Amino acid sequence: MVVFDKPHALADVPMHYCPGCTHGIVHRLVAEVIDELGIEGKTIGIAPVGCSVMAYNYFNCDMIEAAHGRAPAVATGVKRANPEGHIVFTYQGDGDLASIGMAETVHSAARNENITVIFINNAIYGMTGGQMAPTSLPGQVTQTSPYGRDVNHCGFPIRVSEMLATLDGPEYIERVAVNNVKNVKNAKKAIKKAFQNQVEGKGFSLVEVISSCPTNWGLTPEKALEWIDEKMIPHYPLGVYKDRSAKEVE
Amino acid sequence: MADKVLMKGNEAIAEAAIIAGCRHYFGYPITPQTEIAAYMAKRMPKIGGCFLQAESEIAAINMVYGVASTGLRVMTSSSSPGISLKGEGLSYLAGADLPSLIINVQRGGPGLGGIQPSQSDYFQATKGAAHGDFHMIVLAPSSVQEMADLTVKGFELADKYRMTSMVLADGTMGQMMEPVSLDYDIKPMPEKPWATTGTKMERFHNITNSLSLVPEELEQLNFARYEKYKTIEEEEAMFEEYMMEDAEICIAAFGIAARVAKNAIVEARKQGIKVGMIRPITLWPFPKKPFEAAAEKCKQFISVELSMGQMIEDVKLATGCKAPVTLCNRAGGMIPSPQQVLESIKEAANGGAK
Repeated sequence: MVVFDKPHALADVPMHYCPGCTHGIVHRLVAEVIDELGIEGKTIGIAPVGCSVMAYNYFNCDMIEAAHGRAPAVATGVKRANPEGHIVFTYQGDGDLASIGMAETVHSAARNENITVIFINNAIYGMTGGQMAPTSLPGQVTQTSPYGRDVNHCGFPIRVSEMLATLDGPEYIERVAVNNVKNVKNAKKAIKKAFQNQVEGKGFSLVEVISSCPTNWGLTPEKALEWIDEKMIPHYPLGVYKDRSAKEVE
Repeated sequence: MADKVLMKGNEAIAEAAIIAGCRHYFGYPITPQTEIAAYMAKRMPKIGGCFLQAESEIAAINMVYGVASTGLRVMTSSSSPGISLKGEGLSYLAGADLPSLIINVQRGGPGLGGIQPSQSDYFQATKGAAHGDFHMIVLAPSSVQEMADLTVKGFELADKYRMTSMVLADGTMGQMMEPVSLDYDIKPMPEKPWATTGTKMERFHNITNSLSLVPEELEQLNFARYEKYKTIEEEEAMFEEYMMEDAEICIAAFGIAARVAKNAIVEARKQGIKVGMIRPITLWPFPKKPFEAAAEKCKQFISVELSMGQMIEDVKLATGCKAPVTLCNRAGGMIPSPQQVLESIKEAANGGAK
């Protein structure tokens, strides 16, 4: 009896992610959901620019590499090309989604594009070596905020889920984390719902995943997971920020 | 012969695109091309197509990138400042070898510039739309009929070579009304086995991508793309020759400038001056051969442009500087008058360039 196996939608190739990075966990959760919903053959994934730029190699469904921040616009095109036949997801980091691509994010949410967005928030630009992100915490030391993020100089971090939840457009917004088993299980549930919503034609569903970056946070993988509980989650509380269908049921 | 209908240039582009099988249009409002978006907004919902007003030019071109990845015919349109914003997307389309059609109804620049017609995006269209080594097929209509014809042609060439075609028009062409025939025999699209439409669990996954981190491999991709460009240069250059049989003076002009120049040529011929014109219809590939031939017999070339002189550089290269090339131009939204072109012709006839 097989008790643990690689999801079919996850490619059998080595990933380039650093030790302790949580991208691998989230990739697996996405692939498990694609398997469980039986949608691999009609799914098209959109990879971002950033650490997960090469996500196109890690999923067995068709994949598109987008320009930095433009994944929701590309996803809009792919979805509109065949609204019934295509399941489309984007996989984006915080720099991609909340800085250079904020307009594409907000407007695809406002249009209630029937797509699924997986948003990795680890409060840093990983690929380029640890610069300040739009979600870096006040006081957080990064390569481009070497004395700590000074909010009087460069402003405050953006809470994407809360912000998008104020819009009438989106169907479902939830923030989860992947720093312990319980949170990973919740994250899986949220990701599954975000895909299921699309299958059912409900519209824009975004799951913000609080993730770790041990390399650029300068912490061991274990300490990085603790830092999520100590610093990230207090600033970015977990939970459902919008669920239109649930509201309608009430 | 099919009936002709009176249409604005912008509308002719939109209807021709629909006839060519385009069912997806993404755009952002900008003068003087907004009629294309307005036309698409009216027509697309009625024929099961998709018109979507994007939040920006950048989003629009990336929506194009998404649809193009699935293999369908797709277009966006804009005017000069908006095309600059699309530059990033144009480079990605080139890097991923995706077919698409882009319309630029040019206005005067640089910066926000004006809203009157211009040809000052020639360099941008033919040499450097964005970062990286790449070309677009650039088609320059000179009538409302050609606005439509070259839109259809643009889609066909884009699919044939897996690259972007740009129709480089100007504000005059966009706003002008003329009779057009929209009677086309649309060929079926080529097979697109590379399209990302889902594996159906029947094949290995397709990837649309322009990232290539190994320089040796990226070089090979560039080499291969330029081999394709070489074929296009050999096979797809289009031009019109006007009164060139006995011409001693050769005008080079495209788009609206060529129409003004024709008036001047008719007048100059009445005065006994042997002048003709080569009108490039493709700006890339630039029709070098007719210019090479003309350089053997003409004593002077005049490049007539709505810019500070951009195509003139290609005329000089194509003629090998065997004869002087002068510029007859207006800029910033102004159009040379037939009189101004006639004066340039007379000056050339009376002893040539200074």
